[in-house]
Amino acid sequence: MTETTLGTPAGPAPGLAPSIALGNLPSLPPGIASGEVAGRLSIRHGRLIDPANGIDALLDLHIADGKVLAVGEAPAGFAPDRVLDATGQVVCPGFIDLCARLREPGQEHKGTIASETAAAAAGGITSLCCPPDTAPIIDTPAVAQLITRTAKQAGKARVVPAGALTHGLAGEQLSEMATLRQAGCAVMCQAERPIINTQVLRRAMEYAATFGLTVIMRPENPFLRDNGCAHEGRISARLGLPGIPEAAETVALARDLEVAKQTGARVHFRALSCARSLEKLAAAQARGIAVSADVSAHQLILTEDDLEGFNSQCHLNPPLRTAADRDALREAVRTGLVSAVCSDHQPHEPDAKLAPFPSTAPGMAALETLLPLLLRLVAAGVLDLPTAIARVTSGPAAILGLPLGNLAPGQAADLCVFDPEAKWRVGPKTWLSQGRNTPFWGERFKGRVTWTLLGGQIVHERRR
Amino acid sequence: MPPPNIQLDDQGHLKHFLTLEGLSRELLIKILDKTEGFLGVARQAVKKVPLCRGKTVANLFFETSTRTRTTFELAAKRLSADVLTLNIAASSTSKGETLLDTLRNLEAMHVDMFVVRHAESGAAHFIAQHVAPGVSVINAGDGRHSHPTQGMLDMFTIRRHKGDFSRLTVAIVGDILHSRVARSQLAALRTLGAGEVRIIAPRTLLPAEPESLGARVFHDLREGVRDADVVIMLRLQRERMRGAMLPSEHEYFQLFGLTEERLATAKPDAIVMHPGPINRGVEMDSQVADGPRSVILEQVSNGIAVRMAVMALCIGTQNRLAQVDAHD
Repeated sequence: MTETTLGTPAGPAPGLAPSIALGNLPSLPPGIASGEVAGRLSIRHGRLIDPANGIDALLDLHIADGKVLAVGEAPAGFAPDRVLDATGQVVCPGFIDLCARLREPGQEHKGTIASETAAAAAGGITSLCCPPDTAPIIDTPAVAQLITRTAKQAGKARVVPAGALTHGLAGEQLSEMATLRQAGCAVMCQAERPIINTQVLRRAMEYAATFGLTVIMRPENPFLRDNGCAHEGRISARLGLPGIPEAAETVALARDLEVAKQTGARVHFRALSCARSLEKLAAAQARGIAVSADVSAHQLILTEDDLEGFNSQCHLNPPLRTAADRDALREAVRTGLVSAVCSDHQPHEPDAKLAPFPSTAPGMAALETLLPLLLRLVAAGVLDLPTAIARVTSGPAAILGLPLGNLAPGQAADLCVFDPEAKWRVGPKTWLSQGRNTPFWGERFKGRVTWTLLGGQIVHERRR
Repeated sequence: MPPPNIQLDDQGHLKHFLTLEGLSRELLIKILDKTEGFLGVARQAVKKVPLCRGKTVANLFFETSTRTRTTFELAAKRLSADVLTLNIAASSTSKGETLLDTLRNLEAMHVDMFVVRHAESGAAHFIAQHVAPGVSVINAGDGRHSHPTQGMLDMFTIRRHKGDFSRLTVAIVGDILHSRVARSQLAALRTLGAGEVRIIAPRTLLPAEPESLGARVFHDLREGVRDADVVIMLRLQRERMRGAMLPSEHEYFQLFGLTEERLATAKPDAIVMHPGPINRGVEMDSQVADGPRSVILEQVSNGIAVRMAVMALCIGTQNRLAQVDAHD
């Protein structure tokens, strides 16, 4: 175990104090435009599901000053300005999305912070973490602050920028992680860019561990990935699409797990896609290595078979894999081996998907389908509803290390109220994201957000 | 739910010709039968039939080709169509024009059929999904995916020599991984019910789960061609050495190159095929390529007739659809 100059051990495990205190990190990223006063609110007759506190019951919830005031009976003399009737609806913490690209700065033709956070609010997402591969890259405090400031002005969701793990994401030189943390970057991340030099990876993890910073890795070996654009298997063999073998993920994961063990860094793996990765993750956790993982929601629904007919909306990275992989991912989400489910939102302009399959841009716009996809899993008996909600609230909150996803009195009143029975169709009338690139366009879903509250303010209200 | 087959109209007639996957045995046999009829055109004094008179065919070659391009050109001309051949590899795309823009511009010239060759798998599907109704798309090779007219001309050549597919053993040798020709042959052989299909290659030149393509896998050439009725050799691209797929052409020829001696385990009347162009001394030696069992040049002649058959079928479907529209 390494020792810092202060003589305290580097903290590999979550929950331990960082070795060096970094001072004034805001406990919450800014969410609401300053100057507005949040009113007093009661949400009545809903089914309150708060996984962080083990609650699943018909309970009212009362809000004042942007915070949860009480759960159950209102305090004596509490006079709400507004009462929301949530009969037949689920009241839960606002969702926390560990990976959503907002495309600003740099790719505003695909999306803006304003457009995408509005889509997030419509999807019940109140906090989201944006990867650092913006243009410019989030490797300076100025870029991080630009993003949080713009998000604050938009006032629809809390945006937590992930700082670049290496300068320019080039995988060569460490970024100024401590400075980035002070500028609001809760985690450090290498986005989809590789770190080929393992010594650089080791140093980056060590340096992050010095400050107790969580490192987010998307394990992918660039040589094994090569120019692949589909899971290497039965479908890519038939369609003649360059394949991405499972080993592209598992080889990188194996390396990163060993470096995590070596350095004691707290490492979170993004978007695992295959069963063999889950075996490695479980073995590492059993060895006591402080690692966690998430999956993208669509990986729990779609498989390689959905590429049939060269459907470019299913060109995703990591690629859709086999039905066996999907089932293993579902099981891992159920047991909690995988503790978070993300949207992996990647909005694109229409042209990005209008080309022969291999030349199209990977990724789908997914903020607004996160909840309905989870509810499909609930309907299919894969997850119970509280578990599904935990994977998008308390699970990701723990990974970010932020006091979110929790409705105990005194916590920020970030909430989602949804009608699990409401039917809707994905289409121009319902969709808010600037990107319409989703394989679910035109599909019917069950489960729709009625209200989203951010710091006690209604930031989304479903039109009836 | 599988997506609807965009190659067929709602009566099951051929509208586009993109891949042999998903086409019925009856339709493949119909194409083969129609090809028989067109073989004679080349022997006529006037090598033309008026089936596509007044139609405009645009050959869009985003990737260079000599054989395929010229046989498509001849096929269209023998059907009396007006033909436009564009080598786009060197023009529009290098100026940054998107594939869709190139397509829209040509559509504005009222083209009836696009014959498309492109370096990316799925390109022909993409174009077929975006052309105006009434325009047919014929895939002249897309990436590693499909080269359906080549597949059909190979089936035609096999049928002429061997007849019934169900009794045949067909061995395909070489770079299956990168070969659109092999994928089309495998799809056709599956649909036509070939007795046994084998693929013979080192592991580096095979796709994942190769058995899922409906073939037995061999790594030994002599074993693989044993008792074969048909031996199909695939072209080996020189780039494969650079991509660490193979150590050298020398070793490849030592193990997978076809010689008279290695062909000895095949049936005495086995035919040898190759989609061309041949790398002599890499895939096969000249003795085999020019030998009595080689039907390689016959494949080229048959290619014109097959392409005429496919173009005539697609134009026929479009004419029928236009008549239905006119009556509505």
